[in-house]
Amino acid sequence: MIKVTVYITLKKDVLDPQGKAIHVALNNMGFDKINGVRQGKLIEINLDTKDFDEAKEQVKKMSEQLLTNPIIEDFTIELE
Amino acid sequence: MDVSLIIFPGANCDKDTSLAIKHITGKHPKHVWYKETTLPKSDLVILPGGFSHGDYLRSGAIAAKAPIIKDLIKKSADGIYVLGICNGFQILTECGLLQGSLIKNNSLKFVSRNVRLRVIRNDTIFTSNFKENEDVNMPIAHHDGNFYIDDNSLKKIEEEGRVAFRYIENNAKHSPYNPNGSLNDIAGVYNDNFKILGLMPHPERAIDKITGGDHGAKIFESMFHSLSQ
Repeated sequence: MIKVTVYITLKKDVLDPQGKAIHVALNNMGFDKINGVRQGKLIEINLDTKDFDEAKEQVKKMSEQLLTNPIIEDFTIELE
Repeated sequence: MDVSLIIFPGANCDKDTSLAIKHITGKHPKHVWYKETTLPKSDLVILPGGFSHGDYLRSGAIAAKAPIIKDLIKKSADGIYVLGICNGFQILTECGLLQGSLIKNNSLKFVSRNVRLRVIRNDTIFTSNFKENEDVNMPIAHHDGNFYIDDNSLKKIEEEGRVAFRYIENNAKHSPYNPNGSLNDIAGVYNDNFKILGLMPHPERAIDKITGGDHGAKIFESMFHSLSQ
């Protein structure tokens, strides 16, 4: 079995009000060296295969077709 | 006019929308469950508001992959008219029938209130009963209504006159008048042939003066008049 992790982040130009709210909260807690906060998503998928290339290919398709919206999000895939 | 209403699990405006159609046309639309694979004969298909599939992943993302949506995409290419209200709008952007995306409100809050809207053009089947640039009131109720699109596509949408409704200044205490941070105050957009409309406000909740206004009824009346001829 291969465990695949998909990291989803908002594209650079898309405003991230959640990240901004976290930023402000952290500032209020005394963390004053923060230069920016962006919030994303992490999705773990276990695949019944031993073939890393196949796993990567499959999860790339899943990410493009459902897990992310290409208008607002980017993704990276990690296999283990 | 044959109208179909697609029902997803988590939809909660289907009955209001059905009632609005009945109110204007005299008969209820056909209700189509999302697992169906073929739409019945329809001139117009409506995707109602709500929280399909609990808004999991992204609002409208899972509904956009429903079997019935495949048929909707096919039939919209053949010229069927489509209206997406609120969550229906989100589904239309997620399945690619409309451009752009509806991201979280910039306030991070669910906003439920009346908004003032400008009807940008009155030459489509959805708006023919309005005056050009008529200002109207309709309620909104959403968390993800912040219309976002890349700069070039936004420019193209504006140039092609595909903005259907814009949030405009009102005299109410609410501030700001743009309730969610939408680019160019966009509340609704058309596709490139003006046969598909998505909007965040709820016209089906504004069809009667005794329940807060009837400006939304004009959308249903426009469609009925245009499609019954």
